Order: sequence, then structure tokens, then C-alpha cells
Amino acid sequence: MIRETGWGRYRNYIGVIIFAVVVGLVPVLAKKYVHVMTLIGIHSIVTMGLCLLMGYAGQISLGQAAFYGLGAYSSAILTVKFFPWLSVQMGQPDLESWWVWPWVAILVGMVFTAMVAYFIGAPILRLRGNYLAMATLGFGIVVHGIFKGFGLDFVRNITGGGTGIPGVPRLAIGSFAFWPKEIYYYLVWATTLLVLLLSLNIVNSRVGRALRSVHGSEVAANTLGIDTDRYKLQVLVLSAIFASVAGSFYAHYMTVAAPDAHSYGFTASVNLLVMAAIGGLASIWGAPFGAAAVILIKDTIRDVMPKLLKYASGEHEIIAFGLILVLIMIFMPDGVTVWLVDAVRRTRRRTA
Amino acid sequence: MNQRVGVAKTESKWKLSRELVGKGVTVAVILGVIAFVLFLGYKKHFETRHYLQLAIDGIRGGSIYALIALGFVVIHSVTGIINFAQGEFVMLGAMLCATIYHSDLSLPPVLKLALAIVLAVAATTLIGVVLERITIYPARGSPVVALIIITIGATITIRALALLAWGTRAKWVPAFTTLEMEDLTFRFGGLIVKAQSFWIWGAVAVVLAVLFYFFERTVMGKALRACAVNRRAAQLMGISPSRMSLLSFALAAALGAIGGIVLAPATRPTYDMGLILGLKGFVAAIMGGLVSSPGAVLGGLILGAAENIGAGVTSAGYKDIVAFVILILILLFRPQGLIGGGERAVEEG
Repeated sequence: MIRETGWGRYRNYIGVIIFAVVVGLVPVLAKKYVHVMTLIGIHSIVTMGLCLLMGYAGQISLGQAAFYGLGAYSSAILTVKFFPWLSVQMGQPDLESWWVWPWVAILVGMVFTAMVAYFIGAPILRLRGNYLAMATLGFGIVVHGIFKGFGLDFVRNITGGGTGIPGVPRLAIGSFAFWPKEIYYYLVWATTLLVLLLSLNIVNSRVGRALRSVHGSEVAANTLGIDTDRYKLQVLVLSAIFASVAGSFYAHYMTVAAPDAHSYGFTASVNLLVMAAIGGLASIWGAPFGAAAVILIKDTIRDVMPKLLKYASGEHEIIAFGLILVLIMIFMPDGVTVWLVDAVRRTRRRTA
Repeated sequence: MNQRVGVAKTESKWKLSRELVGKGVTVAVILGVIAFVLFLGYKKHFETRHYLQLAIDGIRGGSIYALIALGFVVIHSVTGIINFAQGEFVMLGAMLCATIYHSDLSLPPVLKLALAIVLAVAATTLIGVVLERITIYPARGSPVVALIIITIGATITIRALALLAWGTRAKWVPAFTTLEMEDLTFRFGGLIVKAQSFWIWGAVAVVLAVLFYFFERTVMGKALRACAVNRRAAQLMGISPSRMSLLSFALAAALGAIGGIVLAPATRPTYDMGLILGLKGFVAAIMGGLVSSPGAVLGGLILGAAENIGAGVTSAGYKDIVAFVILILILLFRPQGLIGGGERAVEEG
């Protein structure tokens, strides 16, 4: 890639700063959108990982919600069950430094999820795209099954079964709590913007170019001496870590990790897929917009459907998502955002 | 392929020993799993007839996996696509059959059931054809990632439409023998077999016979096989790949629908049954290497028996995990399939 000169070099940084200002103004100017925007931020993190995996490494994951769930459950199990138990075992709990443990839990969740992704990915990534999709689908179903307890008592004791694990503490540093939700909002979006910067840098780095070459032609990349399997595996692990962080943030935000399909099951994985597809599989910048579109569409359909149908309960929004997926993949395979940008350029050229 | 032969010649010694080691590992893993299962069964005081009973019940479900797997194999070998919507065809077959049977037609139950079966298969086949025309055909030539996402989109659209049409409540289809919810049961020695099992096995046998005749004795079937072997060559011989793609989807949809209909009396069909069935059908298909029809059928039967025995010696909660463990073990040790010599699974490069 040619090194850009002048201000073009800082295009991404300038973009991130403008984006940060816009996002930062939301709690000040439009308080009622804080909740939705927090969810959008959390899902953007997962979607950016998925974009790196699908758009750049050309691999499909249908189990991304499982990684997300592993993060959430790691945080919940460690902070609600394990650390309190440990502090009792160690003697008197030190309440002054208690705020450290949720952060430790997030880190442990990241490491654990990364390891799971590594052990799942190492054998599967040798295989063709089709296989990875099915294998991650199966993986997602099994992990979701573990969250639900599998009808086995000892699993249920750990994951909380159908009710999940309530009472996940809020995050804090010392005596400064990231709560009320306006303050938590800034924490989430600061992380999202960091992940955004990180992803943009990865895309524009040596690794990013290697990944694009894998996507273009794996054989060609191999002959040029690029260890394609290693890069694919690294991206899978990275996307799993992103998902895990997002999951932890979600658990600390909702103060519960519960196994409903919309959060961690197949439906959730498909939702993430739709977010990535709307934003553009190979567009990191598209991810937040894809996440926003999906969450807003879902909320709208949830509001509208019960008025149209008397027994409308459950996952009706997936009908829209199914159609969106098919239409986008046929007509705008680069994603809606890229398509819009291109459309604007085209009309500008025509008028000029 | 030719390149591979060349490589095999120069490195034949290495390849042979590597293959032997690979086979040894596979056999060791299989024996280890069997020993573990027997150990768990021993702790539960299982006798031979317990295993037989579990196997018979498992093979009943496995027959359905076999039909789904055949659908995967037909579509994949002709178009190169893994059709995620395969399980939804099963759901549509079962749900449509139940709906037509419970409609207000004033017919004797037998005729009504027969009509429901025929109409459900026809309707599902039509849905398969429409699906191919409006989703796969416009996107032909797209990268695999895009095609997979399209079939996923189709899957969840069908699922959501089914939810709209039928709600979350389970439906029921009468047992074919008694035409009631309660089925006849036969006892052989200590084994219990439901009459519906014979219908399922009979249906699978008939379907396999018809398929064999179709692929071996008819021009259209041979054209489909030609397309699977080499698409470009088939096209040069005047076979239209687009029509063959359509035909493969029609065939796969019909296979799924038949599976769903014969399964329906044994389970209460719901709108969301397709996903898990589709996944297990896929596992069965890759046991046959995703290219072999007999392999897919055998894979389905083995998977059905294995998961039922696995769940029997442990706990019902493990049933779905068994299929996933088999999936991972196969992908790890035998990505070319347990039976077939299909080598398409591993990326060549």
C-alpha cells in the first residue's frame, strides 16, 4: 500500500475524533437514547471483530454470540460466585479493594474465551468456509446449551440454568462507580472507540494486508509465503476476545447473565451477522452503523408487531433480518454503508 | 487432482506412513470412545438389550438425518453450496402435513392423511424451487461467504414465516398405522418397536430405491451426476447447470419434506425444529465426506444410534453434545469423511 502523505494519513484518526465528539454529546443532548446507544456500542465491539473475521479473513462464524456469552458468563460467574467464595476462603474480605475483581474477571474471561477460540479454530480453520460456518453453528448451540444447564444439575449450579446469574456488580475504580448509566455509557463508548482504532490499525497494517490477500486468493497468498492458517486463527482469536469484552460489559450493564436466545443463542449470532452485513463485511467503519440499524429495527418491530398480530411474541424481527441478509448479499455485497457512499459519489459525479 | 497424483508418487512412502498413522489415531479414538461408553453403561448395569433398544430408537431418528444428509450431498455436489435451509424443509414438510390433516376437509382420515402427505411434499418441493430461483440464482458466482450468508438469511426467513403462520405451539400428526396419537407397539423379545418406526424405515428404503433408479437409469439423473463430477464439462455437453441447480434444490426439498412427514408422528413438530435437525443432517453428510450418498445414509444411521446410546449411558442432556463431539472429531481426524474418499473438505493449496 502506498503511504499516504499530508492530512490523508490522519484520516482515520480525524474520523474517530469526530465520531467520538458526536457520540460523546448524546448523553448531554439526547438523554433518552443513552440505553439504546450503550447497547449499540457493546454490539459494535462484537461486530468489528466479526468484520475482521468475515470481511478480511474471509471466514464465517455463526457462533460469535457464544464467545460473547462466554465473556458475559465469565464475568458473572467469577464476580458473583467464585471471587466471593475465594475471599471467604482467604479470610476477611477486603472491601476497600473489591472493585479490582470485576476487572480481573473481564481479563480472565478474555483469556478463557481466546483459549476456547484457539482450540476450536485450530482444527476447523484448515477446512473450507462451509465447514467453519457449520462447526461454529454447532459450537454456538452447545455453548448456549451449557448456559441453559443441559438438564444436568451440576452444570446448572454453575451457570444458573434458565434464570441465569443475577447480581453482577457494577464496574468501579476505587470509590468512583461507572454508574448511573450516562457514566457507564462513556466507559462503553471509550472502549468501542479504542477497539475501532485498533481494528482500523490492524486493517492498515501488515497483518491487514496479509488478511486481504487471504480473502482474495488463499493459494496466491500461500505461494507468497504468507502463513494463511496462522493469520486466520489469530483473527478468530482476536474477534473472540472482542466478543468476550463486549459480553462482560453487557453482563455488568444488565447486572445479570441470563441464557435467552436473543442474547447468546443462535438468534443472537444471526443478529451479529446482520450487523456485519449491513455495515459491510469488509468495512470496520460500517460496524457501528450496522449495529445501530439492527438494534433500531429490532426495537421498532418489537413495538409494531404486537399491534398487528394478537399472538405476536418471540423472534419476529428475524423475518426482517432474513430478508435483509438475502437482499444485501445479492444486491449490495459490500454492505449498505459502502453502497450508500458509492451511490452519493455516483450522483455527485453525474451532476458535476 | 493430477498434481496430487504427482505429489503422491514422489512422496508415496511418506504419505503411506502418514496415512497409516492417521488411520491408527482414528481407530484408537473410536475404540477409546466405545470403551468409555461401555464403561458408563456398565456403571448403569446395562445389558445387551438395553444397547439394542437404544440403537433401534436412535436409528429411527438417524434415518431422518440420513434423508437430510442426502439433501446436503445432492445440493453440495451439484452447486458447491452448503444449504443451511435444509433443516427448514423438514420442518415445512411436517408442519404443512399437520396443517392439511387438521383442515376441515370432509374426507375419511386415511384419504386425508394421504392427501396431506402428497400436498406437503409437493408444496415443500415448490418452496425449494422458488428459494433457489429468488436467492441462489441471482447470486450465482458470488463468493462462498456470500452464498452461505444467503442460505442463512433464507433459513431464518422461512423460520420466521413459520412462526407467523403457526405460532410457537407444537402440532401433531397421527401415527400412520392407527391414525391416532397413540401408536401400536410391537415387542420382539425384550425390545419395543413402534409401528411408526417401520413406516420411517420403509419410507427411507423406498426413497433410496427411487433415488438409485433416478441417478442410475434416467437421463435427468445422469445429467445431475455429470454436473456434480464436472460442471464445465457437463455444460459443454449441453447440460444446463442452472437447471441442474434448480433440480438439486427440488430434490433436496422433497427429501427433507418426506423426512419431516414420517418423523412428525414420532415427535411433535414445532416451527423451530429445523435448525438442530439440519445441523445433525450436516454431521451425517460429512461423515460420508459430503460427496457420497451411501456414506451420508450410513452416517445418518450411525449418528442417530451413537447419539441415542451416548445419551442413554449418560443423561438426556448430552444428546445434542454427542452430535457436536462427533462433528469435531471428524473434522479433526477424518475431514474427508469416515466412509467416502471425498477429499474436498480440506482446502487444497
